[in-house]
Amino acid sequence: MKEVVEMKDLDSNFKNQVMSEPNGQNITKCFSCGTCTASCPVREIDEIFNPRKIIHMVLLGMKETVLKSEFVWLCSTCYACFERCPQDVRITELMNAIKNVAVKEGFIHPAFTAQAELIYNNGRLYDVDDFINKKRNKAELPQIENKPAAIKKIFSKTGLNSLVEGGKA
Amino acid sequence: MKFALYLGCTVPVRNQNYEMSARKICKYFGIELVDIPDFTCCGFPIKSVNQDTALAMSARNLALAEKQGLNIMTLCTACTGTLVEANHLLKHNEQKREEINKILKEENLEYNGTIEVKHFARILYEDIGIKKIKENIKKPLSMLKFAGHPGCHFYKPSEAFAPFDNPENPHSYDELLEATGAKALHYEEEELCCGGAILGVRQDIAYNMAKKKLESVKKVNADALILICPFCDVMYEQNQKAIEKEFEIELKVPVLYYSQILGLALGMDEKELGIKMNRIKPKEMLEKLNNKELNV
Repeated sequence: MKEVVEMKDLDSNFKNQVMSEPNGQNITKCFSCGTCTASCPVREIDEIFNPRKIIHMVLLGMKETVLKSEFVWLCSTCYACFERCPQDVRITELMNAIKNVAVKEGFIHPAFTAQAELIYNNGRLYDVDDFINKKRNKAELPQIENKPAAIKKIFSKTGLNSLVEGGKA
Repeated sequence: MKFALYLGCTVPVRNQNYEMSARKICKYFGIELVDIPDFTCCGFPIKSVNQDTALAMSARNLALAEKQGLNIMTLCTACTGTLVEANHLLKHNEQKREEINKILKEENLEYNGTIEVKHFARILYEDIGIKKIKENIKKPLSMLKFAGHPGCHFYKPSEAFAPFDNPENPHSYDELLEATGAKALHYEEEELCCGGAILGVRQDIAYNMAKKKLESVKKVNADALILICPFCDVMYEQNQKAIEKEFEIELKVPVLYYSQILGLALGMDEKELGIKMNRIKPKEMLEKLNNKELNV
């Protein structure tokens, strides 16, 4: 069955939401040339990720479809489209702006919640334990330690702490 | 020459062979490295969640180095892109800098936009220079052919890295590879991204991307794939066996860090370069290297 876009399901304010995030402003400059999609290594593997289509969906106001999707999380950040876009849409960063809206609307992908929790609790993506430091010692490398305090301060300033409250903080 | 060494998350935990060999190379060329234990994650994984939080995380690290009057040397290509981009933005957008400094104030930190961020390999290329590297080669790797992969964020987004290499026709990394005496190969999927950033979202796509690159490297009979990014290593080396299993193929592509092959060419031994820690053993490559020595 064809997924037909119905006017009544569109939210014309969606693009404004995206444009109010950092790096979202240039989305309206897109003239749909498709250079991004042709350059995209992820799209070459799976057509579910199609930057031109995502941009068009945002401009049309297909808010729920975009924000609830998995595809919005599939940019590998290679910047091929960013470099080649003739309209300076800053697509790699625009994808971040769209994802940032998804997070605000409660649609974060669990992989990113998990990463945010690790960073919030350890200051890094990894929990540094004795095993790691023993290994470092053997390699004659300086010891390292978890540094969560500063990250917790930043998260609480920007409101991201609520996202990771379920953590061991 | 002195830099604050920014390790990031993945290098110190999963890629000690890279850290060891890079520190040795720096020592060899008289680059003094200062460890700042208070450094935290660069912010890369948080950009998808909230860009201003990620920017504040980057700015915090920049501010810590600036406080000591030091430029930053990075080892991870993804950290490089994130910190270089943040630095570019904070230097050129005063309003944003003020906004972010309000967040850093909590820790009594402030970033004024006075430092530079450079990848270890870019420092070798620009500050040590190909000429000096060549002059120091003791065991030229002339019998070896390498496939290079510096990682997407080595020179992209190019607006933040300027003036540096042209990402559509790059040459800096090949020049570094060839400074060791080896041949830098060109291969079909040379530009292809490792897929690391989406490993946690769709492992199948990420594996497929890494597989394409590894098969392309194998096709040109490279002695090894040479990296300068720990997350590319997670894809190409640490997941190579899983990829072989998933697709029922044989790859066996040795993966080394540039600092390791440069170290070999400078006459350092395998042990001090952490080559024993590489997961895909570069046995044949080392045999070629050592056989030549016997023949000399």
